[in-house]
Amino acid sequence: MIIGRRAALLGLSAVATMGGASLALAAAPGEKRFVVVIQRGAMDGMAVVVPHGDPGLTALRGATPEGLLDLGGFYGLHPALAGLHAMYRAHELLPVHAVAGPYRVRSHFEAQDFLESGADHRMTSGWLNRAVGTMGGNALAVGVSVPLLLRGSTQVGNWAPHGMAEPPPDLYAAIAAMNHTDPLIGPAIVAGLKERGFSNRALMGEPQETNRNAFPALAAAAGGMLRAPDGPRIAAMEIGGWDTHTAQASRLTGPLKQLDSGMVALKTALGDAWKQTIVLIMTEFGRTARLNGTGGTDHGTAGVAFVLGGAVKGGRVQADWPGLGPGKLFEDRDLAPTADLRSVAKGLLAGHLGLGAPALEQVFPGSTGTPPMRGLVG
Amino acid sequence: MMNAMDTNPTHAMVRFGLGRRAAEPLPADPIAWLLGQLHTGDTPRIDPPPSTQAGLTALREDRVNKPQPGQSKARALFVAQAAAELEHALTTPAPFRERLVWFWTNHFTVSLRRGECTGVACAFIEEAIRPHVTGPFAEMVLAVMRHPAMLMYLDNARSVGPASIAGERRNLGLNENLARECMELHTVSPLAGYTQADVAALARILTGWSIEVQGEPKGFVFRPRTHEPGTKMLMGHRFPEGEEGGVAALRFLAAHPSANRFLATKLVRHFVADDPAAGDIRRIETVLRDTNGNLGAAAAALVRLESAWRPATKLRTPREYVVAAVRALDLPEGNRPNMMGVIGALGEPFMTAPAPNGWPDKATDWSAPEAVMRRIDWANGFAGRLGPRDPVEIADLALGPLLRPATLEAMRRAGSRRDAFTLMLASAEFQRR
Repeated sequence: MIIGRRAALLGLSAVATMGGASLALAAAPGEKRFVVVIQRGAMDGMAVVVPHGDPGLTALRGATPEGLLDLGGFYGLHPALAGLHAMYRAHELLPVHAVAGPYRVRSHFEAQDFLESGADHRMTSGWLNRAVGTMGGNALAVGVSVPLLLRGSTQVGNWAPHGMAEPPPDLYAAIAAMNHTDPLIGPAIVAGLKERGFSNRALMGEPQETNRNAFPALAAAAGGMLRAPDGPRIAAMEIGGWDTHTAQASRLTGPLKQLDSGMVALKTALGDAWKQTIVLIMTEFGRTARLNGTGGTDHGTAGVAFVLGGAVKGGRVQADWPGLGPGKLFEDRDLAPTADLRSVAKGLLAGHLGLGAPALEQVFPGSTGTPPMRGLVG
Repeated sequence: MMNAMDTNPTHAMVRFGLGRRAAEPLPADPIAWLLGQLHTGDTPRIDPPPSTQAGLTALREDRVNKPQPGQSKARALFVAQAAAELEHALTTPAPFRERLVWFWTNHFTVSLRRGECTGVACAFIEEAIRPHVTGPFAEMVLAVMRHPAMLMYLDNARSVGPASIAGERRNLGLNENLARECMELHTVSPLAGYTQADVAALARILTGWSIEVQGEPKGFVFRPRTHEPGTKMLMGHRFPEGEEGGVAALRFLAAHPSANRFLATKLVRHFVADDPAAGDIRRIETVLRDTNGNLGAAAAALVRLESAWRPATKLRTPREYVVAAVRALDLPEGNRPNMMGVIGALGEPFMTAPAPNGWPDKATDWSAPEAVMRRIDWANGFAGRLGPRDPVEIADLALGPLLRPATLEAMRRAGSRRDAFTLMLASAEFQRR
């Protein structure tokens, strides 16, 4: 592995005192890049990495959807993720299934806080900020704000392009629905959405693919900055649209395509630096194993995280599959978690960025019982 | 009647103020809170305070130096002062008073569409408007008509009496612009039934009301050499030659019954309803008449109108909307959006109204589909600044009983805090006041 200059001076995992706080200093990331993408709204892992090899799936979800992209027989990848599938074949994508944070809450807001805190309670700083604090180097929040994940005592950058804050179609539809009784604002929003190409059905709350490519553009810009010799080495991004309570089959396609195009754009923009890059895509929780009465899924527990990049030991699905049959579901409703998201993140911080045990304990306090997942990094 | 009114404190802050600032204390007696603001002067806001002297000095230097784009001293003054004006709106302890300043500034519109006004635009607010929002209307009219910003914006600085010394020597003449707008937009309005001859008469009366830009002190100056000699007849009244003739004419126009009716209509439209009720207009008109045009008394009477306590009848303009949003989040200094840029992008660039009649004051003027969409898009971007705070709690603080169940439900169902906060900002009740 490449040892950053600062790490070489200080020694790996040396303990230094800065500002009264004891910090375990690991290697500065050097040429290694690490990107975290937060999927806000809770992606349904079972619809994206479909465990069609499990005989219990049909009873929960009906017939296996057409066009799945093969992930080694047992799992199939959603067809909207063609770019990710190409990475899978190049051993650059590692889906991690049946994974969840250490918390068991089903509120988006709370769970996102916990996910970003890296704990089963809300902290005032995020785990990625603390990771940067142990390493040094520059980190960048890509988007209009710094997510909790990157907030904390270590200063990070924040970059957003102009005019890319347009809400996702679902949010537009919710705004239209919420205001429909206002005699002035209601019709204005409906007319405004129509002028922007929304169909009537989309305004009724039915899913519509967005034709605007905010996330891919954001990802491309992030890649360009991460590639630069003096650019940031750590970045965080966010993508919404995952809260698929109704008509999930069509509603998921848009966000997935955005995500897929975004990751392809990131890889392209990184160029050679892709080889030294790992991306972690994570969401606050999975969704119910059964479809609900409106073709959607409600808030659940375990789901999927994606690890991708040139430095990933991919081309397989990482899972201790809990099964879907009788008695296998968590609380008889959700996919049961068999892996802790923190162990995935710790595995990447250790294997890719060289963080030692003391640093990992600072990044994820109280997680000594959750060791870093091995074999993620090539 | 007063007892029947539900004088909700949140509504008071939304309707008459600039929206509640985070957990700012709710006044126990909303009416007393509003009336109290009419009796306290403004605290110093901008350091150094905008002044005509500084603004005209910058204008003069720009004229001499002919700066490259981006190097204008007048522009630099304006940008800093305008930002400070907007910042003041975030923290002022007297938001009702501030709204009155906004109202009267728009009533007497001066616009950067006329570039030479740039350096003195904020001085106009501070010198001609702010000191007079609770005083006699006539004093405000006199301060406005003497202010270099207005004299430049509506061309009176260059108006020359045809029979004056300068007019006869150099064959220069009248410019009726200020006189016309003063009658039509600022004082008596067409309700008074005046004629073109009256406009021309006021233009003659106001000849010589000019500005000194080159020499010292800079500012308003009455120039006898360009003043039209002789007495003039305006709306059946005789006004003498000289500066005092102008003062008398403006006082006459300011006190005219049509002015009272016109101002009452505009005030009620702005603070109460797009289509003001005749009874409400009569009430304010009567107060103006009985107090010789005291604007503080008129503002107090507005607060006491029963219809003023019927919520959400008005749509916030982009400036009102953005300021209310930033107040709701109570972002610290240094972490606030560029409000100047935002309100410009949303269609209400600061001190840059398209025409002398100012920004429109009806919901239909601000609710074009694309305008509403831009508001929502901005709200979504701004919502990213929420951080880890609870959007429902912020909505509760900002809107209190105005928060509709449909909005609350949508917020609770949102996929992220940010989406939930976007929903609050995009809700009809937050877009209204």
